[in-house]
Amino acid sequence: MSAVSASAAPIKARGAPFRVMPGFKLSLGFTLFYLALIVLIPLSSVFLKTFTMTWDAFFHAVTSDRVMASYRLTFGASLIAALLNVVFGGILAWVLVRYKFPGKRIIDALVDLPFALPTAVAGITLTALYSSNGWFGQFIEGVLGIKVAFTPLGVVVALTFIGLPFVVRTVQPVLEDAEKELEEAAASLGANSLQTFTRVIFPTILPSLLTGFALAFARATGEYGSVIFIAGNMPMVSEITPLFIITKLEQYDYAGATAIAVVMLVVSFLLLLTINLLQAWTRGKGKK
Amino acid sequence: MSTHITAVANAEDALPKARRIEPNVGPVVLEPLWVRTVLITIALLFLTAFLIVPLVAVFAEAFKKGWEAYIAAIIDPDAISAIKLTLITAAIAVPLNLVFGVAASWCIAKFEFRGKSILLTLIDLPFSVSPVISGLIYVLMFGAQGWFGPWLQAHDIKILFAVPGIVLATIFITFPFVARELIPLMQSQGSEEEEAAIVLGASGWNTFRRVTLPNIKWGLLYGVILCNARAMGEFGAVSVVSGHIRGETNTMPLQVEILYNEYNFAAAFAVASLLALLALVTLALKAFIEWRLNESSADDSALRSTEH
Repeated sequence: MSAVSASAAPIKARGAPFRVMPGFKLSLGFTLFYLALIVLIPLSSVFLKTFTMTWDAFFHAVTSDRVMASYRLTFGASLIAALLNVVFGGILAWVLVRYKFPGKRIIDALVDLPFALPTAVAGITLTALYSSNGWFGQFIEGVLGIKVAFTPLGVVVALTFIGLPFVVRTVQPVLEDAEKELEEAAASLGANSLQTFTRVIFPTILPSLLTGFALAFARATGEYGSVIFIAGNMPMVSEITPLFIITKLEQYDYAGATAIAVVMLVVSFLLLLTINLLQAWTRGKGKK
Repeated sequence: MSTHITAVANAEDALPKARRIEPNVGPVVLEPLWVRTVLITIALLFLTAFLIVPLVAVFAEAFKKGWEAYIAAIIDPDAISAIKLTLITAAIAVPLNLVFGVAASWCIAKFEFRGKSILLTLIDLPFSVSPVISGLIYVLMFGAQGWFGPWLQAHDIKILFAVPGIVLATIFITFPFVARELIPLMQSQGSEEEEAAIVLGASGWNTFRRVTLPNIKWGLLYGVILCNARAMGEFGAVSVVSGHIRGETNTMPLQVEILYNEYNFAAAFAVASLLALLALVTLALKAFIEWRLNESSADDSALRSTEH
């Protein structure tokens, strides 16, 4: 792929003043118009709306006890879910790339189920499974005495489901491209499996693991559909921030809802920035 | 050690099946068998608990009260109108984002210009915004207290809590899908073929139709399928702008929520099973297209290596 871009670059550079290819103005013009109309102008309304608030009102809206509790739950549960996905998604990616076993191709395709399955369907299904009389719930409650559905633990379950494909899909291609010769060399030089893993494999996949973690975390913080059914939505206990925004909207407190949305948006943008940097790092690692 | 490795590779045919676990990947698996077994078991257990059992559960719950109840739940007038609205929404949102995706990937992949990386980030933006906020922005634009609210009210145009709002929120949510698939694909293909066509006198439109489109058709289809799945399944954003008017502004996911909240579980899961079916079809098509894409890129690289 690098050979292609290298050979294409001189042509583009030479063609910069007058281009052979048609349609630049039309395609860029339409792209910018549609982007502004659908994304930029509507998104800017969130920030402009908060300018109508006084600083005190804004500060009060985004730091009330109830909203602070919702941040703790949203970010805490997202963190745990993303960490679970790093561990299990990492193992899953490894197994899918390195080993052969029956049904592997179907399993590989199924990994994307959380992307394809509507979140509301995931929500009611996980709730049915983990409630007191559900397939998993009756076992977990009966044997371990732990309630999952309608508690913060339920939020973690839903967010783990939603984030599952991210780590697998970011680590998988890196593992596929990883040079097995390096591992073989390490082994032939006398490294044991553990040393080969920590010294050779882990450094190679670390950027992609982090990218997958950040993607899963970012997705989890904004997630709504799959969580609201299983969470129980008790204020101060199991109410996530996106739900609190909806509660504010239903009370016609548009300014309050928007203020919290701004906080969430700023966090999302910071995460997006982090993810872009991580991806650049992953690509840099891949080239070496 | 290395001589041992080659010996294993050469003797592979003579080995019993268990040792020939992966002929493609390479001659060696460095980890001992028990590590492999443990890892595969963990991966499969995790996948079973988090993906396979929920998938089975959707259909088990849907058919709990038998076929008649299932059919009755689906041909219920409210469910039918929800299915219709979902189809209409996707039929508007997907083509619009398709046109945008083609335009965006054309200018980004075929031309160099300043601010390209900013444009790329902005295109991805809707993915990083919470669905709830995606709905909220249209409430702020078109709601009674919104920018255009008073004007819309004066002219008796309904956007919020009506079909246009649902369509707009869906377009926002599925905005990047097609562009995201096409941009890297078109970048990797370069523009030599198009340039040749143009130099030989083909018009821009003909070049696109005869040269570019055949090259990107699988990538295009891939993006469309993912876009469609999300458009039909979106819940959070649509929930904010819909107003939940039964038989009028309920999409299938919203209908699932309403039925569920009314404790009509069998009916909720019946409608949900249709969406789960859509997800399975999406995954199957996706796997098929990935296979086709790999084939064609393998053909491509074979061609390139014979050329050079």
